[in-house]
Amino acid sequence: MTAAVVVPETPVLVASDVTFKIRRFNPEVDSEPHYETYTLALYPTDRVLDALSRIKGEIDGSLTFRRSCGHGICGSDAMRINGRNRLACKTLVKDLDITKPISIEAIQGLPLEKDLVVDMEPFFAAYRSVLPFLIPDGHEPTKERIQSAEDRAKFDDGTKCILCACCTTSCPVYWTDDQYFGPAAIVAAHRFIFDSRDAAAERRLEILNEKEGVWRCRTTFNCTDACPRGIEITQAIAEVKKALIFRRV
Amino acid sequence: MSSTVNSGFSIEAPRSDGRNHQRSNYELYSWLFMRISGIILIVLVLGHLLIMNILDGGVQRINFAFVAGRWASPFWQVWDLTMLWLAMIHGTNGLRTIINDYAERNGTRFWLKMLLYTASAFTIVLGTLVIFTFDPNLG
Repeated sequence: MTAAVVVPETPVLVASDVTFKIRRFNPEVDSEPHYETYTLALYPTDRVLDALSRIKGEIDGSLTFRRSCGHGICGSDAMRINGRNRLACKTLVKDLDITKPISIEAIQGLPLEKDLVVDMEPFFAAYRSVLPFLIPDGHEPTKERIQSAEDRAKFDDGTKCILCACCTTSCPVYWTDDQYFGPAAIVAAHRFIFDSRDAAAERRLEILNEKEGVWRCRTTFNCTDACPRGIEITQAIAEVKKALIFRRV
Repeated sequence: MSSTVNSGFSIEAPRSDGRNHQRSNYELYSWLFMRISGIILIVLVLGHLLIMNILDGGVQRINFAFVAGRWASPFWQVWDLTMLWLAMIHGTNGLRTIINDYAERNGTRFWLKMLLYTASAFTIVLGTLVIFTFDPNLG
C-alpha cells in the first residue's frame, strides 16, 4: 500500500515593480537633501534592506546606509519608512503599499551625515548619562548574584532594547529639544532602576528628575509604536515617573 | 565626552558642559500640578458653563444683578477664585512647555516666557481683585 503523499502546493511568488523615493544628501555636493526615485522588481517576501542593497549594487553605488547583521538585532538600519521609524531588515515589501512610491528617509532629530546615515553620538551620549550598567553594593558574591524570577520579570521588557534609536528619533519632544534624554535612555535607566541587584536606582532617578528628564515626556506613544522590539516604552517611562513621585522602586 | 565636530551639522550633545544639573523637584511638581488641576478644572469649568449657559434660561438671564447675587455667597467666590487661579496657572504652565519646545533661541525663549508670566500675573491679579473688591451697590 502506498501512502498518498500530499505535496503542498508551493505558493508562486510574483515579483512586482516597487518604487522607492529615497531622501538623499551628500554633504560634499548638496546644500539641501533631495529625493531620488528608484524602481526595481521585488518579491513580497523581500525586505526593504534587500531593496536598498540592490539599489546600491545595481543602480546607484553612492547610496549610503548602515547595515550590519540584517536580522533585527544589531540596530544599525533604523530609518523612516513611509513616515514611520522601522528597521529596514524587519520591514517586508508585502507589508507596504506598493501602489505608491515608498518613502525612505534618515531618522529625524539627529544630525544628518549622508543619505540615510545620521550622527548617533548625541543618542549614545544620552544613553551613557543614565549609567546603563550594573552598580551593585555590598560584598561581591563568590558565585552569581541571585535574583528571583519575579524580580527578573520586572525589567525584562527593557533588556530587549537594541539601541537602534527608532524610539528616540520618533519622539516629537526630542525633535525640538535635543537636550531631552529621549525614550531609549529612559528605558536603559528603567532596566537598572528596577533591577533588584542594582544599588544606584536613586542616582538614576535623580538624573531623570532633571529638567530634561522624564517630565518632558508628553505620552504620545510614538516610541512604543516605533520600537522594532515591541518594548512598552511609554509604560516604562510612566513607571519611572511613578517611582519618582512615590520614591519607591 | 568629546564634542563631535561636524562642520555645519553639529548639535550640542545632551548633558554637555554648561548645563546646570540643579537638584530640584520643580518639573515633578509641575507635572503633578497639571494632572491634579486638570481633574479639578473639569468639575469647576463644566459646572460653571452649566450654570452660566444652560440652567434657568441660560446666558440671557446674566446681568449685573445675577453676578452680584452669586458673588454675595462665599461659596461662589471661592469657586470662581479657585477656577481663575487653577486655570491660569494650568494654562501658563502648558504654554511654558510649548515655548520650551518650540522657541529655538535662548533669547526668544526667555522673552516669550517673560511676556507669558507678565500677562498671566496681570490676569490673575485683576481677576482676584474683581472677586474680592466687587461692590454690588455700584449698579
